[in-house]
Amino acid sequence: MEEEKKVCQCGCNGRDEFLDKLCEEYKPIKDNLIQMLNEVQEHYGYVPIKAQEVLSEYLKVPMAEIYGVVTFYSRFTLKPKGKYNIAVCLGTACYVKGSQKIMDRLKERLKIEPGETTKDGMFSIEETRCVGACGLAPVFTVNGEVYGKATVQKLDQVLNALSGKEE
Amino acid sequence: MKTLEEIHKIREEKRKELDLRVNTKADTREKHILVCHGTGCTSSKSPEILENFRKILKEKNIENVRVIMTGCFGLCAKGPIVIIRPEDTFYSNVTPEDCEEIIQTHIVEGKIVERLLCKDIDGTIVNRLDDLNFYKKQKRIALKNCGVINPECIDEYIAFDGYRALERVLREMTPEEVIETIKASGLRGRGGAGFPTGKKWEITKGYQADQKYVVCNADEGDPGAFMDRSILEGDPHSVLESMMIAGYAIGAIKGFIYVRAEYPIAVKRFQKAIDQAREYGILGKNIFGTNFEFDVEVRLGAGAFVCGEETALLESIEGKRGQPRVKPPYPAESGLWGKPTLINNVETFANITRIILNGAEWYSSIGTETSKGTKVFALGGNVNNIGLVEVPMGTTLREIVFDIGGGIPNGRQFKAAQTGGPSGGCIPVEHLDTPIDYESLKTIGSMMGSGGLIVMDDTKCMVCLAKFYLEFTVSESCGKCTPCRIGTKRMLEILEKLCNGEGSEFDIYRLEKLAVNIQKASICGLGQSAPNPVSSTLKYFREEFRQHAIEKECKTLECKALSKITIDPEKCKGCGLCQKHCPVNAIEGEAREKRVINQDKCIKCGTCLTNCPFHAIGN
Repeated sequence: MEEEKKVCQCGCNGRDEFLDKLCEEYKPIKDNLIQMLNEVQEHYGYVPIKAQEVLSEYLKVPMAEIYGVVTFYSRFTLKPKGKYNIAVCLGTACYVKGSQKIMDRLKERLKIEPGETTKDGMFSIEETRCVGACGLAPVFTVNGEVYGKATVQKLDQVLNALSGKEE
Repeated sequence: MKTLEEIHKIREEKRKELDLRVNTKADTREKHILVCHGTGCTSSKSPEILENFRKILKEKNIENVRVIMTGCFGLCAKGPIVIIRPEDTFYSNVTPEDCEEIIQTHIVEGKIVERLLCKDIDGTIVNRLDDLNFYKKQKRIALKNCGVINPECIDEYIAFDGYRALERVLREMTPEEVIETIKASGLRGRGGAGFPTGKKWEITKGYQADQKYVVCNADEGDPGAFMDRSILEGDPHSVLESMMIAGYAIGAIKGFIYVRAEYPIAVKRFQKAIDQAREYGILGKNIFGTNFEFDVEVRLGAGAFVCGEETALLESIEGKRGQPRVKPPYPAESGLWGKPTLINNVETFANITRIILNGAEWYSSIGTETSKGTKVFALGGNVNNIGLVEVPMGTTLREIVFDIGGGIPNGRQFKAAQTGGPSGGCIPVEHLDTPIDYESLKTIGSMMGSGGLIVMDDTKCMVCLAKFYLEFTVSESCGKCTPCRIGTKRMLEILEKLCNGEGSEFDIYRLEKLAVNIQKASICGLGQSAPNPVSSTLKYFREEFRQHAIEKECKTLECKALSKITIDPEKCKGCGLCQKHCPVNAIEGEAREKRVINQDKCIKCGTCLTNCPFHAIGN
């Protein structure tokens, strides 16, 4: 029965080198949950169910509680992000300089809402609050790379370049 | 491990070597090229600039010139910034391609690259950073080392009096004396609420326990504020040193710093500072030959604004959802894992070492009656000089926006300034001369907050702004208590109605009523202050709310449902530029005729407005 419990839905039998290493690195105390989730998010680009199961077992925290934590913090996502994750800053400094227009255009072009990924897995959109580059407002980032003094035209150029690269 | 004598030696030798950083008349043949590596400049390729400089210097075989990364210089709008010391020449908007010219002209030929000098708002060209109007009214205490030292090098920090305050505290002062000094300085919490720091230390010290904690709150969630990030990026050791001083004063041996994961550079530099301090034996056991021990750990936030609230932050460090606890007990009595915990903000900590070194009297001589010292503001929005400013308390808003900030761009008018982020309020033009301190900001319906200062010009709709902040609070409310979770949602719905032209006068009354209820019944600071943006805009821009509700009119273009763009036939010269630029062909009229906008087709994008050379189009 012990063995069976570890079998997860994705067919990997719960074994994963990254998760094994993660568990070695951190002590099995509950306080480490957020630290470990941060690493999981970084590694996979989202928090897969199997990682939640492994952490639940390791830290002796119920799955429901882990799910509660994952959904509470905006950095954790339950779905994989696109190959290009575009985050538009909606902090006040960017808002005042018109970042909403950038967001509207992005939604219009990709036909998805913030938090979603395009069907082909290429793009996802995210709302973020202040990346700290207020001097360049409005800004958006593509996989962490900052594009400052953004305009709708600049966004279009970037999107065209990114989709062109793939074709 | 370094002994105290070794550290003294490093200080003495390094200080001599780095004299050219602060002394324009330094007696040296060396030159230092300082390249800003704050987040703003890093985003516009400053690491590439640094690499290019190094590469070119190597190619040309130039010696006696060092290229150094520093923290933020403050004037982010002109970034990337490069400064050459000792002559203190200030180059703005530098690109990686400019490096060759700077080296050839400035370093080799000894001439200034005129085209890269910064133009001040009044049109004068300045050679030195300090000559800019932006810096004239500033006083740098918390940001003293930012832009001077390499934040990733502990020796440079030590050279500029680093860890001297800690040494003095450990070897010459009792914990009581430290607390007395901080109390006498009049320093108050820079996180927003302004609780006297010395008093907080004293209370935490007063509780007996087997374990106590020092926590540094670096969860800077206020959108548009980046003071704490810049301090951590530009001078991480000063925060670390101050945390240790606090540990000594209250009797704690363990510290945590809670940083937003969205600040990767700050996290990296602070971690590096911890590692270096450990290596030097400054963190660890028997610090400076005393029996004091201390250690610090970094904890990453995961994107929740509410975690800036102290008890929510503690919950988050404990690995749980960041929901605030009911107070009392305050963290000073029962904080992390139920132990007495001292929580201070980054900027508060950044002031501590300076107070210890320069004395409480010096610090309390700066500022106003009730608010001492300086405050760092992240100046942003519709203002010319976007960046980080540190001013003495009591400076007026007008001085910050117009003298330091250089006024409003594009010839627009000042409409309001917003301080305190989603917990603060809007300050209209009639209160521009209010001196900035904790009390006077509160009197006019705003608050100091952590230091975000967003300027808005007359194209901004105040109802929309209130809506923007409520959207933020609704998505960031943790959901623990009902008034905040449901109340803010109801307020947002009303504001949406107003912006869509579906509101009535009764809605304004409901907004006011809800604001009072939410403020009175929420358990934490986030909920209690959530209605502030609405209350303060209602107080100063009531007419605008009324226009939205009754006349169904928005004087700006922000509420699309309520605005109407028209062409003034008197001013229209029939040039047709508007027609050419309109994306939906809503402008009708033949060549050289006066144009008319077809209101059915118009999407109110405002493109025609910006393209009309005769200012004939208005709303």
